[in-house]
Amino acid sequence: MGKLDAKSPCDGLLPIEIGAARLSEVEMTRLTSLAPKPGQEAAFSKALKAAHGMALPAPNRATGKAGARALWFGKGQGMLIGPEPEAGLAAHAALTDQSDAWAMVRLEGAAAEDVLARLVPVDLRQSVFKRGHTARTMLQHMAVSITRISGEAFLILAFRSMAGTLVHDLETAMKGVAARRGA
Amino acid sequence: MRVADKGLVDRSKPVRFSFDGHSFEGLAGDTLASALLAHDVRFVARSFKYHRPRGIMGAGSEEASALVTVGSGGAQEPNIRATVQEIYDGLEARSQNCWPSLNYDVLSFNDLFAPFLGAGFYYKTFMWPKAFWERVYEPIIRRSAGIGALSGTHNADQYEKAFAFCDVLVIGAGPAGLMAALTAGRAGADVILCDEDSVLGGRLNGETLEVGEMAGADWAAGAVAELGAMKNVRLLPRTAVTGAYDQGTYGALERVSHHAAAREGRPLECFWRIVAKRAILAAGAIERPIAFTNNDRPGIMMAGAVRTYLNRYGVAPGQRITVFANNDDAHRTARDLVAAGVHVAAVIDSREAAPQGDGYEVISNAQVCGTEGRKGVEAVSYCRANGTVDKIQSDCLAMSGGWNPTVHLTCHMNGRPNWHGGIHSFVPVPGAIPGLEAVGACNGAFSTHRALVEGAEAALRALGEVGLQGQKPLVPQAEDARYRIAPLWTVEGKGRAWLDFQNDVTVKDVRGAAQENFRSVEHMKRYTTQGMAPDQGKSSNVAALAVLADATGRGIEETGTTTFRPPFVPVAIAALGAGAQGKGFAPERHTTSHAESLRRGAPMIEAGLWYRPSYFPALGERTWRQSCDREVNMVRNAVGVCDVSTLGKIDIQGSDAAAFLDFVYANTLSTLKPGKVRYGIMLREDGHVLDDGTTARLGEDHFVMTTTTAAAGQVMRHLEYVHQCLCPDLDVAMISVTEQWAQFAVAGPKARDLLNGVVQESIDAESYPFMGCGAVTVAGVEGRLFRISFSGEHAYEIAVPARYGESLFKLLVGKAEALGGGAYGMEALNVLRIEKGFITHAEIHGRVTAEDIGMGRMVSAKKDCIGKTMSERPGLSGPERAQLVGLQPVGVVKQMTAGAHVFPLGAAPVRANAQGYITSACFSPTLGSTLALAFLENGRARHGEEIVMVDHLRGVTTRCKVCDPVFFDPQGGRVRG
Repeated sequence: MGKLDAKSPCDGLLPIEIGAARLSEVEMTRLTSLAPKPGQEAAFSKALKAAHGMALPAPNRATGKAGARALWFGKGQGMLIGPEPEAGLAAHAALTDQSDAWAMVRLEGAAAEDVLARLVPVDLRQSVFKRGHTARTMLQHMAVSITRISGEAFLILAFRSMAGTLVHDLETAMKGVAARRGA
Repeated sequence: MRVADKGLVDRSKPVRFSFDGHSFEGLAGDTLASALLAHDVRFVARSFKYHRPRGIMGAGSEEASALVTVGSGGAQEPNIRATVQEIYDGLEARSQNCWPSLNYDVLSFNDLFAPFLGAGFYYKTFMWPKAFWERVYEPIIRRSAGIGALSGTHNADQYEKAFAFCDVLVIGAGPAGLMAALTAGRAGADVILCDEDSVLGGRLNGETLEVGEMAGADWAAGAVAELGAMKNVRLLPRTAVTGAYDQGTYGALERVSHHAAAREGRPLECFWRIVAKRAILAAGAIERPIAFTNNDRPGIMMAGAVRTYLNRYGVAPGQRITVFANNDDAHRTARDLVAAGVHVAAVIDSREAAPQGDGYEVISNAQVCGTEGRKGVEAVSYCRANGTVDKIQSDCLAMSGGWNPTVHLTCHMNGRPNWHGGIHSFVPVPGAIPGLEAVGACNGAFSTHRALVEGAEAALRALGEVGLQGQKPLVPQAEDARYRIAPLWTVEGKGRAWLDFQNDVTVKDVRGAAQENFRSVEHMKRYTTQGMAPDQGKSSNVAALAVLADATGRGIEETGTTTFRPPFVPVAIAALGAGAQGKGFAPERHTTSHAESLRRGAPMIEAGLWYRPSYFPALGERTWRQSCDREVNMVRNAVGVCDVSTLGKIDIQGSDAAAFLDFVYANTLSTLKPGKVRYGIMLREDGHVLDDGTTARLGEDHFVMTTTTAAAGQVMRHLEYVHQCLCPDLDVAMISVTEQWAQFAVAGPKARDLLNGVVQESIDAESYPFMGCGAVTVAGVEGRLFRISFSGEHAYEIAVPARYGESLFKLLVGKAEALGGGAYGMEALNVLRIEKGFITHAEIHGRVTAEDIGMGRMVSAKKDCIGKTMSERPGLSGPERAQLVGLQPVGVVKQMTAGAHVFPLGAAPVRANAQGYITSACFSPTLGSTLALAFLENGRARHGEEIVMVDHLRGVTTRCKVCDPVFFDPQGGRVRG
């Protein structure tokens, strides 16, 4: 019957480090999209907190921490990253497994903000886009989710099928920024 | 000529470059213009239309004369302003618009015909015959009139784009801009300071003025150092703000590495989009020429530019310099030159009350009325009020007609500047760009002191508006001279007097326009091309409309200005499109089987952003048809595997999910039993078919819908719209799971055998009847199995989480090959579906109804759905509609082509007789014939009839027979087998 081998979206492409920026793939984990049922947002948020330690994030915010994180992911949608969702949560929300749907990368380093400024049209300055802030936006031509997870680190989610382009676009920007810093 | 002990250039760093093949040595800090002037090279260009010898006029981005070409091959860049191009070792620059050389330019004979070539000449002359304009006249005119050219080859240069955000954007780093940036920066605001120049400081670097009891350039350097040390301030030298847009957005072009021989991975240019809460425009002013006879000879320059060359670059542009002015400011040029030991022949001032000379002669109440010298000025003639004309030997004429505030950005949102009688020029209207305030010279405040004060005050206001507390800075002491000017636009006289040097527009042209009744300034502009060159008339527009005002008997204020539009300086399209070269053009979507398909030699075909394999060539196959035919036979006789992950998959949950599906699908989905799949079609609101696909019911409240690859995004958007806007009360949640699952079609008589070797569960007619679905375990992995078919064969689609996609694909293909089958690609998939008459978006292309494709009865009569009412409109069904049919060739010619039109037998193949068109065509190896799907008027009633298909584009005419669109296995026995 054979055995199926798992392959991560950015397999063979990452990590790369150019200048003061490092891009690495986040190890594949459980991703669950959360869509609270009408009128049950508060109840669901409470249940989520009880089950996994974080509330349902408000728009443009992320809750939780490394290992168990929830991102706002669009209108009426969250994305739970890490834990296997507790079965009881399904009473308040539609849960959908998205573990394989997204390429997850981490961009970090002193140049990370400058790199994203080449690709992302939203204001990601530290003073505006703080730790725990998230945005659904564009990266070059791709729809992505970007979250600041620490002072100099961003978590970026893009469609799995576009992993190659994600790395290509980020790498191009990283090279441009690094070349300028050297100048 | 270099002047000792002057300038900010680095005399210890020689730089070698070439111009027109001649090698020169300049100094670090030189522009191409200053380095050429240091070598007394004055003649550097030929003019646009008359090929007149031209020199260097200015010292900044407004340069209207010295345009050159830099580089060669794909990287060749035309129309580079020599005044902006910094030199570096190995720089190669060439003059342009001349042949065979700058000195002996064949087309300079144009100048002799100048009396005939005035504005409007072409429109009046090249009228007949009409067809000649495009084919004969225009190409010739284009070749003779013009500036630089592109190489026509691919340019591999890297460009970049970037986004930036700030509290205060300061545009221009002269005294006003520096003071504004210092004030805002010290208060902790996020500041971006942009300046076109490589060295910040603006005019302070070109003048001998003092600021705070030190040289202005030193004060500027100190301010820049202070700003550079602030973490909240970003300095962008070599960056021109090109446009002002809505909501505080500004475009800016940064010349990142135009000044360097080795780019070391840096982009050539970066196009910034800067969003600023407040902006302070400190763009300065541009000096304007005076129009007098032959005022365009090399060596005739702007008075301020002469000071810049002297004070900043340590270069005297001549040995005997004459100054011609109508204002006090230009007298500085004479003073600076004399102080540096350069001979000033005279200052000719048009005013009676001209200031006294200080070591040089001032001739007041006089006007320059002509110049001599073939390829550079040699003598200047001037005319006194009493009419006497005298001549001065002079190799450089520094002229100044006053200064025009650089109001451009303030007009980018339709603002029109105000006329200011005191300075005889236009000043910005406050508030023309929300959130932007103009200060200093661009606001009409011409003294250094006023610039510093306005910069500081505007910064304080901006700080207040962004909620920061600023501290009123101590404004350093600086000159506060009154700007004295008496307007002088033109000097009357014989011969041509230039206004727009870049487009060769003269005073006579503008007056001619007025005579021809092009009296509106916008009409005059278009008639004469005044201000339409790459410099956009930066130095010439005000003078030109002064001439027009005079010619039409109106005031300048009444005449008004033409429209200022972005960009302020030329922007390469490559910079605007940065990031989109090569792979950056569009994201590539790869399936999990992509690498394995490539390994098997499959050529890829783009389907939207997806890459899908066309076919999998086997050993010995030389054409795609051979591979395609084999793959079709393989599926019909054994088993084939095809990656269908690109089809849209939408997970739909909720207690109202079934009701929602009934509303969006034309047919009924709510009666579907869990564990079953149903085909459905979806209509647009206008009643035409939007998409088709299958929907599986995984549980009572849980469905998975599939869409076509092409319409996946569109359908998702449609569903969101219907849910959010039309039925927000329904308990339904949907999310795309296209990327989550890798899904493969396993099709053919041996499909079940194959799957039984792969999935843990036993697959048989009972557990998985046609249109059954369920959860399966694939080598320990939880997957899904659907018994659906797009080939008409006994077929399945098997899905696993995407991480296992590649592995499963290899496994399936390996098993298939063992059974006499293998992988198949898009070509075979297409043939298989045409044989079965299954539709794709080639058929449901947006103009067809369910009735047209023979699915009219799928629009359920028992319920409402999106598009139902509209689909019942007259004209959307009935025999007059083109209906889906099959076509098979009956004559000698067997070829049928998609896009061909169909005509009744014997009818002329003209548009009026067309009765439909072919949407899909292929060769069917199963039936040994070409097949086509077509739309034909009243087609369903015409099965058996013969018609003709004509492809006018490819020149194919084929007689064919109309038949049912299902060519193969019409009873569907195989799919249920």
